[in-house]
Amino acid sequence: MTRVRVAGGGLTHFGVHPERTSRALFGEAGEAALEDAGVDREDVESVFFGNFMGELAEHQGHMGPLAAEALGIDAPSTRYESACASSGVAVRQAVQNVRNGEADVVLVGGAERMNNLPTAETTDALAIAADDLYEVRAGMTFPGAYALMEDAYFEEHGGTREDLAHIAVKNHQNALGNEYAQFQKEIDVETAMEAPPVAEPIHLYDACPITDGAAAMVLVSDSYAEEHDLDAPVAITGTGQGSDRLALQDREELTRTPAAEDAGAEAFADAGIDPDDVDLAEVHDCFTIAEALAIEALGFFEPGEGIAAARRGETTATGDLPVNLSGGLKAKGHPVGATGASQVVEMAKLLAGTHHNSDAVADATVGVTHNAGGTVASTAVHVLEVVE
Amino acid sequence: MSDEPARDAGYDDFLDAIAAGEPYYLECPEGHGSLPPRQVCPDCGATELSESGLPEVGTIVAHNVVHVPTPRFLDDTPYATAIVDFGPVNVTGQVRGIDPQDVENGQEVTITIGETETDGDRLVVFEPV
Ligand SMILES: [Zn+2]
Repeated sequence: MTRVRVAGGGLTHFGVHPERTSRALFGEAGEAALEDAGVDREDVESVFFGNFMGELAEHQGHMGPLAAEALGIDAPSTRYESACASSGVAVRQAVQNVRNGEADVVLVGGAERMNNLPTAETTDALAIAADDLYEVRAGMTFPGAYALMEDAYFEEHGGTREDLAHIAVKNHQNALGNEYAQFQKEIDVETAMEAPPVAEPIHLYDACPITDGAAAMVLVSDSYAEEHDLDAPVAITGTGQGSDRLALQDREELTRTPAAEDAGAEAFADAGIDPDDVDLAEVHDCFTIAEALAIEALGFFEPGEGIAAARRGETTATGDLPVNLSGGLKAKGHPVGATGASQVVEMAKLLAGTHHNSDAVADATVGVTHNAGGTVASTAVHVLEVVE
Repeated sequence: MSDEPARDAGYDDFLDAIAAGEPYYLECPEGHGSLPPRQVCPDCGATELSESGLPEVGTIVAHNVVHVPTPRFLDDTPYATAIVDFGPVNVTGQVRGIDPQDVENGQEVTITIGETETDGDRLVVFEPV
């Protein structure tokens, strides 16, 4: 089985760009990825594209061919949809495509346009990641669903909104200096605590913003990297995916995310590593409670311990396991269909030493990305390692 | 064909049954509970599903208070939603008959059908016992 290297990555600025279409955003990110990789577009054999709400936000389905066209690539191109895990799942498909020997060069990424709709309609579009019959029609929103998980977590494990505020403060801190991040400003615990409620117990600073943006990367086989003398020191060495019952009401527990536990275990086994081997992680912190659930599901912390890890300093930039050095979804932003790919792009740069926060993890060799869809009914986890 | 919106078979029947005071869930031979529409038990794959009466009283296991709604609930905010444990199944709905801020986990509720204030759509409603 061939090894899969990240030859190059590209991001647009994550932020408020209501006038820009997904095709334009993806064109920019993809072009940056090809340039970063130093790979000819003619060599790309397949395109994997993640997008969630194109039909509702842009009246645009069938975005696979559009994604290839945006990059001037004449190759098979498919859209992947798994809510907020859309491009994480696309990355997994791309990795498997290269591993299977079906391609030596693939382009993978995602894009989302969200700010062109009024807030209530964006809220509605995001809500369709939940169960329409049994959740959306009862008035559940996407923040509302995570609020139920947070409420259950407090009930079972204790923990406070103030613990969670430390996660927000940390991720804002990490985004300082990230030119691609939506928020590049510090916040303090007090500000987070006093923010208005969105879906109690979730308040404004517990939630990621509404973001437009795109991410893309070029993945190549070992042999292609060698033949073309590419500078590609980071490989994707593990991939895993999990699913769970769609509606929260049908889960055995509200305080654990088995889809992430399964995806993590699969990715770690695939790479031949343990959670202890991991130097840093980019996890899906669409809400602050989501980061706590993610680092528990990946086996970095026991159930109930993840919520205060940032407060204890264990997941900050100077901690033992820095989490979301990019700023995470919380501060970098969450263009839904682009998020999973952007995590891998950021992680590859962190490990290669080309990220603005690489100094915080100068000796790091193993990183993990965790991308969750809906209330973690879908999850894609990837292991990245420095291989030379 | 008519211009009336189609019913969601199973789901609308479920709401009708709650409204009639005879709520049910689906039960497989292994005793797993699920909610309609179902062809297959999601727990074990059994295909012989029968209707069993839903317990009259359930217990709130998690709740929230929504302040930023979708357009369908603009006039309803703030409101509390809750997941309620009825034993064989959990059901999600809106909690009424109590100030949203006073909703607590562990509270016992009954299930009924209400309408949204925004556009009159039917929805599952819980009321404190
Ligand atoms: Zn069964």
